[in-house]
Amino acid sequence: MNAQDAVLETGYNSGIPPVNYLNIKTTLASWLLTKDHKRIAIMYLISVSVFFMIGGLFAATIRLELLTPASDLLETGTYNKVFTEHGIMMIFFFLIPSIPAVLGNFLIPIMIGAKDLALPRINLLSLYIYWTAGALALYGLMVGGVDTGWTFYTPYSTTFSNTYVMIVGLAIFINGFSSILTGLNFIVTIHTMRAPGMTWFRLPLFVWAHYAVSLVMILGTPVVAITVLLVAIERVSRVGIFDPSIGGDPILFQHLFWFYSHPAVYIMVLPGMGVVSELISNFSRKKIFGYEFIAFSSIAIAVFGFLVWGHHLFVSGQSPYAGMVFSFLTMVVAVPSAIKMFNWTATLYKGSVSFDTPMLYGLGFMGLFLIGGLTGLFLGSMGLDVHLTDTYFVVAHFHYVMVGGQVIAYLGGIHYWWPKMTGRMYSEFWGKISAMLVFVGFNLTFFPQFLLGYMGMPRRYAAYPPEFQVLNIFSTAGASVLGIGMLMPVIYLLHSLKFGKPAGDNPWMLPGLEWRTTSPPPLENFATPPVVTWEAYEFGEGSGLDLEEARRRAAAPATL
Amino acid sequence: MQTTNWVPLFPEQASTFAWQVDALYFYLVAVSIAFSIPIVLAIFVFGMKYREREKYVSGAEIHGSMVLETTWSIIPFIVSMTIFLGGAIVFFNQMTPPDDAMTVYVVGKQWMWKMQHETGQREINELHVPVNRTIKLTMTTEDVIHDFGLPEFRTKADVVPGRYTYLWFNATKPGKYHLFCQEYCGLNHSGMGGWVYVMEQRDYDNWLSGNASGQTPVEMGKDLFENKLGCASCHAGGPQQRGAKLEGVYGTTVKLTGGGTVLADDNYIRNSILNPASQVVEGYQPIMPTFKGQVTEEQLNALVAYVKSLTPGAATTSAAPASAAPSAASNTMGGNSASGGANSMTPPKADRGKRDAPGSNPNTPSNSNTR
Repeated sequence: MNAQDAVLETGYNSGIPPVNYLNIKTTLASWLLTKDHKRIAIMYLISVSVFFMIGGLFAATIRLELLTPASDLLETGTYNKVFTEHGIMMIFFFLIPSIPAVLGNFLIPIMIGAKDLALPRINLLSLYIYWTAGALALYGLMVGGVDTGWTFYTPYSTTFSNTYVMIVGLAIFINGFSSILTGLNFIVTIHTMRAPGMTWFRLPLFVWAHYAVSLVMILGTPVVAITVLLVAIERVSRVGIFDPSIGGDPILFQHLFWFYSHPAVYIMVLPGMGVVSELISNFSRKKIFGYEFIAFSSIAIAVFGFLVWGHHLFVSGQSPYAGMVFSFLTMVVAVPSAIKMFNWTATLYKGSVSFDTPMLYGLGFMGLFLIGGLTGLFLGSMGLDVHLTDTYFVVAHFHYVMVGGQVIAYLGGIHYWWPKMTGRMYSEFWGKISAMLVFVGFNLTFFPQFLLGYMGMPRRYAAYPPEFQVLNIFSTAGASVLGIGMLMPVIYLLHSLKFGKPAGDNPWMLPGLEWRTTSPPPLENFATPPVVTWEAYEFGEGSGLDLEEARRRAAAPATL
Repeated sequence: MQTTNWVPLFPEQASTFAWQVDALYFYLVAVSIAFSIPIVLAIFVFGMKYREREKYVSGAEIHGSMVLETTWSIIPFIVSMTIFLGGAIVFFNQMTPPDDAMTVYVVGKQWMWKMQHETGQREINELHVPVNRTIKLTMTTEDVIHDFGLPEFRTKADVVPGRYTYLWFNATKPGKYHLFCQEYCGLNHSGMGGWVYVMEQRDYDNWLSGNASGQTPVEMGKDLFENKLGCASCHAGGPQQRGAKLEGVYGTTVKLTGGGTVLADDNYIRNSILNPASQVVEGYQPIMPTFKGQVTEEQLNALVAYVKSLTPGAATTSAAPASAAPSAASNTMGGNSASGGANSMTPPKADRGKRDAPGSNPNTPSNSNTR
């Protein structure tokens, strides 16, 4: 590498430092026994990518089956397993860990100026727990799979399903501990490890979002663990908990399940909002509009998110008065989400907006989350939910939030911090192409499903009446575009590892602490412990960045 | 589905409240557009107007605006409240059948729907109903949770094992409409559906008379009660009887041993047959054996219909009197109304007085609403 010759007077390093966290030791054991949050994050990155691809293959299978009304590609029993496993892989093994365990793990310590997370061994433990759970889940798939839907509704899951509910349930139970430990680690780290001068209101909003999400992880995940345990107890010992034929209550399961699984939606989307706050502000080179409002709206979403689970039960036989309370609170949650949208939009005003690949994902997130959020109001409105629940409208809505929101934000974040994580730039050209393909393919896949849902097409159907076929063809065609858009980053990002041009410490000249260390960072993140003297998203003189020098370099490139 | 759609890709409106759901839908579409257009437009305009002119130039120093933050908190809140209220009003219309409902009993099982009319006719995966009549479905299932979904009528309800849930509609035009199971129920979930045939009254009468009716639910229940199950040996109503008197009990509030009370509705009768010891009427001994496992869901429906028929005001013959006090219970659609005031689907004003009593019951019926 030509690291030496690139060290400028300003201390700006435009090459790859000869010693960094990636090459300081290279044995397998040095990775598997590492306590470095960055290496753990990289191992998480590889693992969640594997699960994302498995989940994606299931998704492709679903879309192919639904190309025709009859259940012809797959038998209905196989289809039921495929959509169940798509859900389980994507939710428990991709969406929930993705941003927190990869980007959060890598960036939180650097962003607050710490050497590592507060509990590095616990961090490694949570990775091993995740691997154990993931291996068990894959084993469950290989021996025969599970067909209960990712929701495991009783008494089907406890009494009637003769698939491998126990193995997969155990995997989810174990995986919960990984989440809990990660959340705990983040909270302790954010409280105790901030660098001198890094006050709470100088924290990047990415960190605030992770603080909020950690609260949800710690308070919500134990409930789903207990619920899965109760399912296991009933399944094995026939103690009547959920099955009415032995004295249980099936609706009780739904309350317990959604008490976690609704907040889990926020576990999935809040970190995405954190990433997008970074992208919008940094690529507008302007302090984010209404910092405090965005920070506290994350906390508000996390808190209110615990009080709305009953909106999944409007037609389940839940009391209609309870339904009214849940519907009301659901509407209240819309407000902090709206606040975020408006603040992001206002941030662009009088900025200096550039459209690099991460920003394209950031703007794509805003468009898709807008639709995802607004259609949430349709479903939170009780009279309309009676018609829409358990149809493709719901499927479209949560994919707009989960994929249009979280996955897009994750991809944006990966592109944004890729130069920091690997020290190399990817191809900007292919990055932009793939970002646009993902956006177009996504809308083509899922927008028709809103119409299908209103027409009444039920979800989880292997076969459907022929009048729904046209829109399903659109959806499957869109899924192919989306699939190509998602595969492209795998190729050009891997390509960049060897052939990408060195990114330098701060390829975009941004003020965050993560851009004030080398790319990739050294073992303990900073050569000298940083002292923070600037506000969050400070792009002006106060940031201490030598913008003149950077501009000169940009104007006279390729002098190396 | 019928092909008289005036909007493409839109389901037909075929029930009395379908237009309300659609109105709510179009209101929400309008709200969505009203919010999306300014935001998307602003993103485009700001993105173009303030795009990067020179590398590394900082944007303007703007940190926020209390006025704007307040505005864009309050406006979405007010709008979301209109959505909430509209949704709640439509929901209570969907949940509250008019008094003159004609009952059809529905039993779901993996993977078929079994219906029985009050007049005795049975159907599988098909339901024939007259147009412009209120149809109330009393539903349960033999195995897992199913959901009786009628998209053209804009309504659906989960069908839950171990309890009764209810659904009502009043079809506005003759035709053939989808019936879907809309709660995932296993292997052949996507095959568990059928059709609802809405017919002119005359055609419906012809259909009824063309189908062997067999016993009506009440007759079948009477037969079970007096002969097959021998309930009458204790419950026939004489002064020396060991079992509680059942005449006139439906829809009243029953005092239980231990001091609680319970509203005698469908779920209460069902529970008293399956779990008799869980709710013992005051003054009686808990000596009744359970009938769990000995009666099918259809037989339970018949027994409930028979017990109901012993109360003149709540008779299951097609038109229940509108205002008779005991009939109030038959008009509620709460799947578990016995467990407390909050669990009825009837709007508060209709019969709030009757709601209070069951709320104080410490021994909530175990079957229908274990907490």
